[in-house]
Amino acid sequence: MNSFKQIVSLLLVLNSVLYANTLRAELIIDITEGIQSTHKIAVVPFAMHTSASDKEQEVISQIISSDLGGSGDFSILAKEEMLSAPTQAGQVKYRHWAVTGQDYLVIGSILKQDKLYKIKMSLFDVVKKQQINDLLINVESRSLRKAGHYLSDAIYKTIMGIEGVFSSRIAYVTTSESVKKKKQFSLFVSDYDGHNAVAITKSNEPLMSPAWSPNGLHIAYVSFENKVSEIFVQTLSTGARRSVAKFKGVNGSPAWSPDGKKLAITLSKSGNSDIFILTLANGSIKQLTRSWAIDTEASWSPDGNSILFTSNRGKGAQLYIMPSNGKGMAERLTFEGDYNARGSFSKDGKQVLMVQGKKGSYRIAVLDIEKQQTTILSAGKADESPSFSSNGQVVIYARRKAGKEILSLVSVDGLKKQDIKSNLGFVREPAWAPKAK
Amino acid sequence: MTIKNKSLMALILILALSACSDKVTKQNLSEQAALNSGAENNAYNGGDDLSVETVAIGQGMDQLTELMQSDTFSNPNSPLSKRIIYFEYDSSNVKAEFVPVVEAHAVYLVNNPNQTIALEGHSDERGTREYNIALAEQRAKSVFNMLQVLGVMSHQVDIVSYGEEKPDAIGFDEQAFQLNRRVEVVYK
Repeated sequence: MNSFKQIVSLLLVLNSVLYANTLRAELIIDITEGIQSTHKIAVVPFAMHTSASDKEQEVISQIISSDLGGSGDFSILAKEEMLSAPTQAGQVKYRHWAVTGQDYLVIGSILKQDKLYKIKMSLFDVVKKQQINDLLINVESRSLRKAGHYLSDAIYKTIMGIEGVFSSRIAYVTTSESVKKKKQFSLFVSDYDGHNAVAITKSNEPLMSPAWSPNGLHIAYVSFENKVSEIFVQTLSTGARRSVAKFKGVNGSPAWSPDGKKLAITLSKSGNSDIFILTLANGSIKQLTRSWAIDTEASWSPDGNSILFTSNRGKGAQLYIMPSNGKGMAERLTFEGDYNARGSFSKDGKQVLMVQGKKGSYRIAVLDIEKQQTTILSAGKADESPSFSSNGQVVIYARRKAGKEILSLVSVDGLKKQDIKSNLGFVREPAWAPKAK
Repeated sequence: MTIKNKSLMALILILALSACSDKVTKQNLSEQAALNSGAENNAYNGGDDLSVETVAIGQGMDQLTELMQSDTFSNPNSPLSKRIIYFEYDSSNVKAEFVPVVEAHAVYLVNNPNQTIALEGHSDERGTREYNIALAEQRAKSVFNMLQVLGVMSHQVDIVSYGEEKPDAIGFDEQAFQLNRRVEVVYK
């Protein structure tokens, strides 16, 4: 039993600068059709050994239920259907959970000591009648949500064998719903579930193309706030930012190199849109593509040796790949569909996530490079901006629903789909952050 | 060969052919005016039913100059009142029906060398956002190249591409799409 037992002491302190002016902004994950829940799990409200409010008491079990349920891999037992409410291992009666068909059980307790919460969580396999994980974490009160996500990740990993995405963050752009003048654009960073949303920048002019640095500390994006396109790099912890590209014409599509030292960007200063490599340390730029056509939407291979990009050098937009050192020809990668754009590599470099246009519909697709096999993941007419989760199992993208722009999640096999509800107006261009360090 | 060179060649070709094509008539121009004012009311039903004859660039310039000296900017019959040039899907070619509009602005800018403008390129929302930024910039550059051929100085024109970020019409249908695929001429 001790082999799985671990005690983790986490001082999860959120950066107070970043989260200083948290808005009451929400994205809520809403499970849509097509979910095949494979595991049944009961999450009993944690016992609270203090005079805290009910709300505090339930927050941890609610986050775990919402994370696991939202993943599509679990169905959660309703509290009303629980036959008992154990809060420590000795109180668990397996038959109470077996009778409702549960596969797993989560229980726990919270002890408040001064400003710290000591949270204990235990996970049981109901079928095998044994405890399979046990964790103790210490957090500050304002990091309770983070603690909940941490426990969800631990449960997910124990049962599914792969990393969860529940502690990760996303960035996205919102605009007010009124389409015409006086629009406000905001670039938000939030937890993956939409909580702790902070607008890191706002403008009455368009904001576009947020891209996380590989270490998750900075975001590059395009802003038209000076009435021309300009690329900024902003440090999340301090809010400090600098302009890194403001050339004549287009400055767009920033993409971080895997080592975080360079940005592949699109510039049109040489006449039309071409890919350039910008070295962040000294601001030097090197032109990578030189075609009469549109070349844009660069993305790095995981080893940093290749650049994937969109070009209309053939007929219509297609994906091409070329060496990132510029020594070598661009080769066409996509042949299926009328339009293939905004490609990005999976972590192992074997698949490319992209937008595929076919007969007037634009959908999210994954291309297996070796097999040249395309899987369509979405079913909309105007789906765009796909981004892999840090574990590579889920894709977040933007789609239109009832005249609005919303974010949506889909598993890489295309089977599990969830919409993310929002009260933020139009929500678009999601970018999933790399795994939190 | 760059895009610019290509368009230039095309323009020279058009100029050479212009001798045998129809002239811009006032009839055509008022149709154009109707088209553009309709567009502002989101009632533009597409350019296909408008039978504007092929118009060659540079042709009828004297007539236009005359027209503009007598009319003001705000006269709806003046092609100068039209500030939007519409495009086909995934295309940056200026359609024949909009050549008189570009010509009119060229004449004005040549006659007013201190006047500057911005050409704002836009696209419909189909396709990816950054690709649309690049596409909409090509549209603005097509118009710019035409203006240059007609004598407008490059320092008189700024180009900015907004892609699909600033749609003119709401909706996910062809009616909205064709209103959003545009270059706006903005006088400064």
